[in-house]
Amino acid sequence: MSDQTSGTGKGPDVAAVENPLAPSQDSISVERAASGSEPTAGGGLMSGPFGRNLGLVLALLLICAAGVITAGDRFASIDNTLTILRFASTIGVVSIGMTFVITGGGIDLSVGAILALSSVWATTFATQAMAQDTHWLVMVFAALAVGAGCGLVNGLVIAYGKVVPFITTLAMLAAARGLAEIISERRTQIVTVDGFKDFFSTDVLGVPLLVVIFAVVSVAGWVLFNRTTFGRRTLAVGGNPEAARLAGINVNLHTVLLYVLVGFCCGLAALMLVSRTTTGTSTHGFMMELDVIAAVVIGGTLLTGGRGTIVGTVLGVLIFATLGNVFTLNNQDTSTQAVAKGLIIVVAVLLQQRLARRASST
Amino acid sequence: MTDAPLLTMRGIVKRFPGVLALGGVELDVRAGEVHCLLGQNGAGKSTLIKILSASYQPDEGEIFWNGEPVSLSTPQAAMDLGISTIYQELDLVPDLSVAENIFLGHELSRGGFSQRSTTNRRTRELLARLGHPEIPATRAVGRLSPAAQQIVSMARALSQDTRMLVLDEPSAVLDQGEVDNLFRVIRDLTAEGVAVVYISHRLEEIRQIGDRITVLKDGSTVATGLAVDQTPTSELIKLMTGRSIEYVFPPRGGVVPVDAERVLEVSGLELSGVFSGVDLTVRAGEIVGLAGLVGAGRSEILETLYGARRPSAGTVRVAGRELRRGSVPAAVKAGIGLCPEERKSQGLLLDQAIYSNITVSSMSRFSRLGLLDSRAERRRSTELTESLDVRPAGVDRLVRLLSGGNQQKVVLARWLLRECRVLLLDEPTRGVDVGARAEIYALVRSLADSGVAVVVVSSEVEEVLGLADRVLVVREGRVVHEGPATEIDESRVLDLVMEGSAA
Repeated sequence: MSDQTSGTGKGPDVAAVENPLAPSQDSISVERAASGSEPTAGGGLMSGPFGRNLGLVLALLLICAAGVITAGDRFASIDNTLTILRFASTIGVVSIGMTFVITGGGIDLSVGAILALSSVWATTFATQAMAQDTHWLVMVFAALAVGAGCGLVNGLVIAYGKVVPFITTLAMLAAARGLAEIISERRTQIVTVDGFKDFFSTDVLGVPLLVVIFAVVSVAGWVLFNRTTFGRRTLAVGGNPEAARLAGINVNLHTVLLYVLVGFCCGLAALMLVSRTTTGTSTHGFMMELDVIAAVVIGGTLLTGGRGTIVGTVLGVLIFATLGNVFTLNNQDTSTQAVAKGLIIVVAVLLQQRLARRASST
Repeated sequence: MTDAPLLTMRGIVKRFPGVLALGGVELDVRAGEVHCLLGQNGAGKSTLIKILSASYQPDEGEIFWNGEPVSLSTPQAAMDLGISTIYQELDLVPDLSVAENIFLGHELSRGGFSQRSTTNRRTRELLARLGHPEIPATRAVGRLSPAAQQIVSMARALSQDTRMLVLDEPSAVLDQGEVDNLFRVIRDLTAEGVAVVYISHRLEEIRQIGDRITVLKDGSTVATGLAVDQTPTSELIKLMTGRSIEYVFPPRGGVVPVDAERVLEVSGLELSGVFSGVDLTVRAGEIVGLAGLVGAGRSEILETLYGARRPSAGTVRVAGRELRRGSVPAAVKAGIGLCPEERKSQGLLLDQAIYSNITVSSMSRFSRLGLLDSRAERRRSTELTESLDVRPAGVDRLVRLLSGGNQQKVVLARWLLRECRVLLLDEPTRGVDVGARAEIYALVRSLADSGVAVVVVSSEVEEVLGLADRVLVVREGRVVHEGPATEIDESRVLDLVMEGSAA
């Protein structure tokens, strides 16, 4: 069973709902549920999330086809593919963390700002001087610690201060970017530590390290989400916090951990962006929260929590990255791109709401 | 009162997945009467009301209004006919004023401008008619007491041309004086020809206010149009329960030995403003029942000793060890399990599979370095669901799709798996049909026989008396009686429960 569903990012439990209810009439779903004494195995288990991800894959292929038709070899080249992936990897790493937070019933608007603060902190004169004296890992440590630290603050305020996530992370969004501006004095900080630059520009079998990191984070995220107690608790906390609490789960602690996790991802993404641009600046990751949340949501994670998918998120990230690439190759400005993005988000959310309504009407 | 029915319902059927909520309900209500709807929890009263207010659409059946067939397709259609419903959970907007709430949706306005002074004057008239002129028309509803909020709801109903008023357990939030006032208002309304459908558990209230009774049981009408003054209470109870109690409950295993281990010891437990001075000892193998009215503090006692609420005083010990106050994880770790009152909102992860609902409190047992062995989870859950006869079979099924009884078995399976030493059951058979009830009773008894200490809270006195070895009666946050279940009967418990409150 685990083999069958391993490519889907959702447990078979989700499959069990979405497929039997696929016909939209309530009366039909009623009959299925009532007469459902036969085992749920077979096509029903597979096709729910599989079909959903299939839709995303089709969308991706469609965009690729558009790319090939309009830009030909400029699109369908290894170089361009790596460009897309390199671009996707930064947003992707944050989106994996965001998938956990949203599934756990929260939201984090401060990811872009945390990324900026991490990038600045890791590239200040002091940090780089220390890295020169000791080891470039100091920069890595600084970025990850700042990211996780901001997440910890978010988590503590939300879980124990009982401030809603939207407001808490909105405050962090303002504060973290402001702090990044103060520290950097709004200047772009150039990376001079060669060890850092060399390491992050290495290739693994021809694949840029950034892309490898994205792949590793995705796989680790999938395992964490689908195969661990942490992932199971995330679903429980997001799906029904009161039931989770009464089942003995420490909901507050888990909430804190979720925000620390996404903060850590921001730190990691900051390092990736710093190495790609060889700069740290307070403008890094500007408005990134919107791209990240959009990717997670079109991937199929419910904004209300309790249901999520890592594979869907990865596909969502790739869809946006490829779309942006195709538009750029066709010399379309970012404004047109933004309009297309908006349309995709609305269509995806409309589809998702229909699914949710079907699930709740049973 | 005329004999021609204002409202007639014939053969109303409502299905939810896996559950037949209503299986053929008959009801006729006359103008000017108080028609009482009686039935146990889960009998289908709420579903029927929601069909009357058009929140639900019936799957089968006919509805006639003044002899004409009608379809209550939208809440607005029901309102246009003159049907107003006042739910248990009042549907008012807390931040709007009394007047704004009353005229919400049919605001008094001229040319798009709201007429505040007229609105406030009409509001004062309505409140005066309801006997509560002291409620300020401009105060935010959220700042009123529950009783006053109910009056506002009734004023809202009266602000429209209401011909039938549906009241769902209106007395649950009221004290005796307020109930008397409510009855006075109801009599005024019926004198004007308004029909009132009155839902309540309290038989003595129905005796006071009701004209005729319809009894629901397991989603069907078992009796309709009974005249209140010609139907003895014992007859009503028999109609509601439809069973002989001894038949359902498993035999007690005999007297629990005095030297059996004191698994759960509670002393001086207090939650300020709710209950105080609760002492309770439960030995291994013993079932203790808590009886009392809703709001007497029964559920709060369970939740407090489970750590879900932080006590203001007192200690809870499990097997001699004192628990950290107000910590659910500590209670679970010590071996306490709770099947909460609101199964769906507090007990279950409805959109998760059966197996993950069962293993949620024992995940560490199935994980190594945080990695879950979901094959083992499924295997163990399958064993449990098979032994508990959860239907339909299959642990990958969503819990949402199960019936109430089977959902309750899933919660029980969670604590069976956990092998807890103390099991707290809050309304274990609410919304569970009679067949599954017997299975759950048998299961609880066999758990006790295997050495688990069990505490049961129930609104149904016969359930407490039939299942428990020892009974505690709670009234207004205090234990007023403690003794063996065999030495007390239902009417004595009801006396103890009511004493003082039924002035």
